[in-house]
Amino acid sequence: MTGGAALSVDQLTKRFGDRVAFEDVSFEIGHGEVFGFLGPNGAGKTTTVRTLGTLIAPTSGSAVVAGIPLTPDNGEEVRRRISIMPESPGLYLRLSVLENLGCFADLYGVSDPPGRIDRALRAVNLVDRARDACGTLSKGLRQRVALARALLSDPEILFLDEPTAGLDPVAARDVHELIDGLRRRGVTIFLTTHRLEEAERLCDRVAILNTTLRRIGRPSDLRDQLFSKTLLVTIRTPLRDPGRVFAGLPAIDGWQQDGPAGYVLAVSDVTVAAPAVTRALVAAGADVLSVGEARRSLEDVYLKLVEGDG
Amino acid sequence: MSINRRRVRAIFRKELQEFRRNRSLVVGMSIVPVIFSIQPLITVFTLNTAASAPLRHEHVLLYLLAIPALVPSLVGAYSVVGERQQGTLEPVLTTPIRREELLLGKALAAFVPSVVVAYVVYGLFLLCVELFAVPAVATALIRPSDLLAQLVFTPLLAGWSIWLSIFISSRASDVRVAQQFATLASLPSIAVTTLLALNAITASFPLAVVGVVVLLLLNRLGWRLVSASFDRERLITGTR
Repeated sequence: MTGGAALSVDQLTKRFGDRVAFEDVSFEIGHGEVFGFLGPNGAGKTTTVRTLGTLIAPTSGSAVVAGIPLTPDNGEEVRRRISIMPESPGLYLRLSVLENLGCFADLYGVSDPPGRIDRALRAVNLVDRARDACGTLSKGLRQRVALARALLSDPEILFLDEPTAGLDPVAARDVHELIDGLRRRGVTIFLTTHRLEEAERLCDRVAILNTTLRRIGRPSDLRDQLFSKTLLVTIRTPLRDPGRVFAGLPAIDGWQQDGPAGYVLAVSDVTVAAPAVTRALVAAGADVLSVGEARRSLEDVYLKLVEGDG
Repeated sequence: MSINRRRVRAIFRKELQEFRRNRSLVVGMSIVPVIFSIQPLITVFTLNTAASAPLRHEHVLLYLLAIPALVPSLVGAYSVVGERQQGTLEPVLTTPIRREELLLGKALAAFVPSVVVAYVVYGLFLLCVELFAVPAVATALIRPSDLLAQLVFTPLLAGWSIWLSIFISSRASDVRVAQQFATLASLPSIAVTTLLALNAITASFPLAVVGVVVLLLLNRLGWRLVSASFDRERLITGTR
C-alpha cells in the first residue's frame, strides 16, 4: 500500500426486491494494492463489482471510487477512472482484436489510440494475433484480449471479475503472471475469485464475502485470527509418558496424540516452542523424525468462515 | 447535455463492421426490398398506355416507402438485445459512454444502411420503369412530387422505425421476439403508405406537411423515450 485509499466502501448494500445481494459491506483499498474478494457463488461478488462500477445503483451506503463519490451523477466520471473486466470476455467475435480494442480506445477517449493499443497488446503478449478475428481465438486468448481492453485506459483501479474462470491451468497461469506484472507496475487491482490459491498467491489482502463481509485482512493474519498455531511432531516410537515430556515447556498451551507416534501441540510462539520441544524429545530418548508448524491454507480460513453459514 | 461525438462514432463504426460480417442480417436487409419491389415492377411492366391515365392521379410509388419503414426494424431490433445475448453489452456499459451516445451510435448505424438501401432500391425501380415500362406509364409514374416525397419521407420513416425497434430491443429478452415485435410495430407506418399508394387516403401537399411534422415529432419523442427507458441495471441484471 502506498498511502491513501483508492477505493473506500462504507456500509454498502444492494437488494433486488426482497433478495439481498450484499449487505453492510465496508472496506478500504490502498493505491497499488491487490485486493482479493472471495466468496461462494451467489455471495454478491459480481454485484459488488457492478455496483462500484456504476452499472447498478446501491440500495444504501456509500463509496468513493478512485476519489469520486459513488452517486448517480458521477457515473461517467467514475467509469472514466476505472476499468472492469467482466467474467465473460464479451468480445465482438466477428471483429478483429485490433477492431475490438480500437472501439474501446475511442469509448474511453484515450489519446494516441494506436500507441495505447500496441502497449496493451504487448502487455498481454498478443501482438502477433492483433489482426485475427476474436471468434477464432481460444478462451484463454480471449481472456487476454479482455485484459488488454481493460488496460487501454490506464485505469486507477482495475476490477477483475473471476479472470480465470473456465480457463485451463496453463491459461490460468498466464493470467496470474499478467496480474503479477500489473501488481509490479503499481496498478490497484480488485480481484474477485473463488480460486483460493489464486487469491493467496496474488493478493495483498483478501475479504471473504457471503452476502455480508465475514473477514478482511492479509491471508496470514486471517489464518492467525481463526486458527491457533500448532506444531506437528512425528517420532519413530510412541512416548511412554508424553504429558511429562511436554509439561512445563515454554510456549506450549496443550497437546494431543495424532496417530501412533505423532503429536499435535497448541503453541503460542512457534519459534520458542519448536527448539524446546526438540530438546525435550531428544532428552527423553525419542528418535525425532520431524518437528514442524502446521500450515493452514487460505482454503481452511475460507471453509471455516463460509461453511459456518451452513 | 453534451454528446461526445467520438464515442458515438466508435459505436457507429463498430456496428457497421458487425453488420457487414453478419450474413443473416445482410440477407434479411436485402430480402425485404426485393419482395417489396419485384411484384410492383412486374405489374408496371404489364401496364399499357391506356392504363397511364388513371396513374396520373395516383401515387403508386409511395408503396416503396414500406422499405424504410421495415428494413431498419430488423437492425434496430437486434441492436440492444443482440449485444445482451452475446455478452458484449456489459463491457460497453462499463466505459464512460452515456446511454444517449450509445443509442445515437446504434440508431445511426441502423439509419445509414437502411436509408441507402431504400434510396438505391427506389433509384433502381425508377431506372427499370424508365427503361422497360411503356413511356406513357413511365411518365405517369415518375413525378417530381412523388420523388420529393420519397426523398423526404424515407429518412423520417426510417428514423421512427429505428427508435421503435431499439425501444423494443431494450425491453426484450430474445432477438427473435424483438424482431417479431419490431416488425409488428412498423405495420402502422406500412399501412399508411400503402393506403396512400392505393389512393384510399388522398395524398396532398398539406397532408405531406402534416406528415413531416408528425414524423419529426415522433423521431424526437422516440429518442427521448428510448433514452429514458434504457436502464443499465435492468439490462445487466435482468431485474428491476
